[in-house]
Amino acid sequence: MFEIFLTALIVENVILTKFLGICSFLGTSNKEKNALGMGISVTVVVLISTILTYLINKYILIPTSSTYLQTITFILVIACFVQIIELIIKKYFKNLYDSLGIYLPLITTNCAVFGIILTNIKMDYDLITAIVNSLGSCLGFILVIYIFSLLREKIENNDILKSFKGIPISLITAGIMALIFERLI
Amino acid sequence: MRKIYDFLFKENPVFVLVLGLCSVLAVTTTFEKSYTMGIVVLIILVLSNTIVSLIRKFVNTEIRIPVYIIIISTLVTIIEILLNKYSKPLYDAFGIYLPLIVVNCIILGRALSFASKNKVLPSIKDAFKSGIGYLVAISLFGLFREVLGSGKITIMNDISILTGYRFIIDVFNNEVLPNKLFLSSGGAFILLGLLIGVINAFNGGDE
Repeated sequence: MFEIFLTALIVENVILTKFLGICSFLGTSNKEKNALGMGISVTVVVLISTILTYLINKYILIPTSSTYLQTITFILVIACFVQIIELIIKKYFKNLYDSLGIYLPLITTNCAVFGIILTNIKMDYDLITAIVNSLGSCLGFILVIYIFSLLREKIENNDILKSFKGIPISLITAGIMALIFERLI
Repeated sequence: MRKIYDFLFKENPVFVLVLGLCSVLAVTTTFEKSYTMGIVVLIILVLSNTIVSLIRKFVNTEIRIPVYIIIISTLVTIIEILLNKYSKPLYDAFGIYLPLIVVNCIILGRALSFASKNKVLPSIKDAFKSGIGYLVAISLFGLFREVLGSGKITIMNDISILTGYRFIIDVFNNEVLPNKLFLSSGGAFILLGLLIGVINAFNGGDE
């Protein structure tokens, strides 16, 4: 169990080795605060949709042998769930909405959420293992996006070639991070 | 010539707008997987733009994202079933990145920003423009990555069940190259960063 957690956290990091959530990684990691906000929103959505999709898959899709509907069902669950969360937070937690609100619509199309859920289903994890894997992956997401936002503030001030400014140098930095992460364990 | 260059490199959805990077980085370990992924995305993009444009008058703006996502995921599911039946090795090689086409930003982006506001024919044209840009970008990147990483160009291997023969070119094999680094995830990031940087330099130099 702990092994799965560590693997998901570092060795098979969602961003650096599975390439999931690159858009939000490059888009929101320019500020420390945005990076954490995005990371936390993703974690909440992933954890709850892991449980929902697991139950739907086990008790509806498999008994009716309609597993080919997985893609459609899961993306709908995520999309609806994100909408519900947005409404709840907007109504009851005004402060939280002001700081996280802008990220919520982006989460539906964040490949990390869908990717983690698909991995759980493809690997046939049971509920507890799936939750552990999701938690590890999400913490890995937060870890990388946070470290990267710190690095990026430093990089922006350095003297680099004009054509490499912005995305290219970010990708190269991410590459070096990926090489380090692969060798950590 | 000039127009083709501008179309391929100055308006490219991957190199310039940096959309849909997940699949570009993930499946490009061989040239074959890269261009087949490009073709699959092109087909889905054209079909989804057509459908979205046809129903644009019946869908109001509040529910359009869920509706478009259902359309796209239906198309992806059809492709998944077909690939699973007719080309199992390719289906296995894509893994989770095949269903992940649903959340490819290029497809939803074109549906929202173009097809939902325009007539059918311009939408199809727009889909071909973005799709071919994506196809060229992913194939080019896959070509670089496979040549540098394993010293070969796989043109037909996984899809050999469909076409009937295999076709792999050996490029070079010495002590420096091929280097496994380029097949690993870190190498993919670095190579894509370099490629985008070089393309930026060329685009900037033209002005």
